[in-house]
Amino acid sequence: MSRSFLIRNPSVLWFLLALAVFTLAVTLMADGIGAGLISTSFVKTLGKTLCLCLVALAMDLIWGYAGVLSLGHMAFFALGGYMVGMWLMYARTEEIVVNALSGQALPPTPEEIRAGIGTQIFGVVGGSEIPPVWMFAHSLTAQLLLVLIVPGVLAGAFGWLAFRSRVTGVYLSILTQAMTLALALYLFQNDSGLRGNNGLSGLQNIPGLAAVPQATLSVWFFWASALALALGYLMAANVVSGKFGSVIRGIRDDEARVRFLGYSVESYKLFLFTVTAVIAAIAGALYYPQAGIINPAELAPIASIYLAVWVAIGGRGRLYGAVIGAALVSLLSTWFTGGRAPDVPLGFYTIKWVDWWSVALGLGFVAVTLFAPKGIGGLFDRFQNLRTPDRHGADLGPDKGSLREKEATE
Amino acid sequence: MTALLEVSGISVTFDGFRAINNLSFSIGPAELRAVIGPNGAGKTTFMDIVTGKTKPDAGRVLWGEKSQNLLKLNEAQIARAGIGRKFQRPTVFEDQTVAENLMLALRADRSPFSVLGWRPQPKHHRRVEALAGEVGLAEALPRKAGELSHGQKQWLEIGMLLAQEPKLLLVDEPAAGMTLAEREQTTALLVDLAKTRAVVVVEHDMEFVRRLNCKVTVLHEGAVLAEGSLDHVTKNQDVIDVYLGR
Repeated sequence: MSRSFLIRNPSVLWFLLALAVFTLAVTLMADGIGAGLISTSFVKTLGKTLCLCLVALAMDLIWGYAGVLSLGHMAFFALGGYMVGMWLMYARTEEIVVNALSGQALPPTPEEIRAGIGTQIFGVVGGSEIPPVWMFAHSLTAQLLLVLIVPGVLAGAFGWLAFRSRVTGVYLSILTQAMTLALALYLFQNDSGLRGNNGLSGLQNIPGLAAVPQATLSVWFFWASALALALGYLMAANVVSGKFGSVIRGIRDDEARVRFLGYSVESYKLFLFTVTAVIAAIAGALYYPQAGIINPAELAPIASIYLAVWVAIGGRGRLYGAVIGAALVSLLSTWFTGGRAPDVPLGFYTIKWVDWWSVALGLGFVAVTLFAPKGIGGLFDRFQNLRTPDRHGADLGPDKGSLREKEATE
Repeated sequence: MTALLEVSGISVTFDGFRAINNLSFSIGPAELRAVIGPNGAGKTTFMDIVTGKTKPDAGRVLWGEKSQNLLKLNEAQIARAGIGRKFQRPTVFEDQTVAENLMLALRADRSPFSVLGWRPQPKHHRRVEALAGEVGLAEALPRKAGELSHGQKQWLEIGMLLAQEPKLLLVDEPAAGMTLAEREQTTALLVDLAKTRAVVVVEHDMEFVRRLNCKVTVLHEGAVLAEGSLDHVTKNQDVIDVYLGR
């Protein structure tokens, strides 16, 4: 992480500068701390967007660099959210129960408090017992560790089985999608112990910080998200700029060749799959306290497909591309589906964006794949005059065998 | 002299087609060997078995002084044990620079964790420059491998093999697509390499094999048909019938 690293990778410096300026600007305009030009809910939206940028970064590492199209990373993201959500909900309910019982003549016993918490949290699924999976929910440290451990172990075990059998390409994508779906269906059940389809709610109330208004809290979480994104970006840039990056790009382009060079392709994939799953979980753990609610619908395979779409639109194989794609598409999506986008009257039919946004996004995705495979990030190449050659089909080099234009532009 | 690689009695069948039929082969630690044979004789399958890509149905493949069983290892482990392979079609990482390609192949610990912390030191840069000089790509170091001509890609791949410092080199049709001058250069390089390590060259081109001036193994229908000097095998009636006579 020396100075020369930033000089060798100017895009990292530019990215960090842009993120710092953005964070400062939002802070100065925010409702809680600054001039109040940006509402609390919009600060939360921006903070959530930064978390989505972080998970997109993870997706770019595993898909854009290593060529493994995982459709399960939003499941790890949601698992991270669930893990932190359990502590938020438990500790907050504990505060409420203790408060409610404090009026009694006798101080409440721990059993009474536990029973109260159980009824409060699980009454909605017809239970009052606290399930064993909540065993560590009272401890913030334990749940934060679980944010790393649960998705890490799941990704490790799944990846070990899948990569060891050399499942690649579209088969691996289907397998990851099946994992996501299975997890979502499991969590939808009431007896999974995580409140079924109700999910966890009230996560925006941070235990112990009841006196801090949401306006201030939203800025704190915004800062934390920006910091996590900056650290994640630095780490990712450091990883891909070195020999490790060279190996994983090699795996993407010609897996067999990397194997014959003596690199164990399976270990690399497994390592990267697990690390990016943990990054996704950290992003989720920061996202859901800002969203306030998490339920199993967040794990639906469609979420992971959206993630792939963001990265593809932003530009695979470049880190800032993933961030731009996630930020742009998720913010546009919020705007179009929030009902604030003006309808387009066509005379015979009125286009309501709430209904038509998915169609527009799908068309946009197809258009990017067909006409701009480098995505939005490809625009930066144009600024730097890194154009793909245009010689009307002639050879590029001096001799006959040189790379043809067709190959170079592919 | 004990053999570096000892292949004995291997057979492999693909969907009923017997690609390799009870083939035995052995090569010493510093030897140059040409393997010739008509299409479908099993040359590439033989290489696939030695490098771990294909598992044979029967037979043994033993490697090195300790007679390690290669059939128990995967491709990456075999490559790390010291067997380098050059493919027929040049396979380099086109999206990466020549320097990155060579750096990737440089002999070093291959585990993800050590690669993660690996940073090139001046000696590595010097080694890469020396290798690039050896294969005539010193000027091309910062260029993307995809921009190179076909012949230059062949050379880059040979450079990557040298960077791996293998004990045994398997080379599949190295002269394919090369100009006459490049062929001569390649011959000289292979002969030179075989002074310090074992080199197996699979080749169609008789002229090229003659220039290598080494022991020749003729394969036919997955088995060894004849072995010896080129003059010796070209006089063999079986060889004339199945290969040269056509």
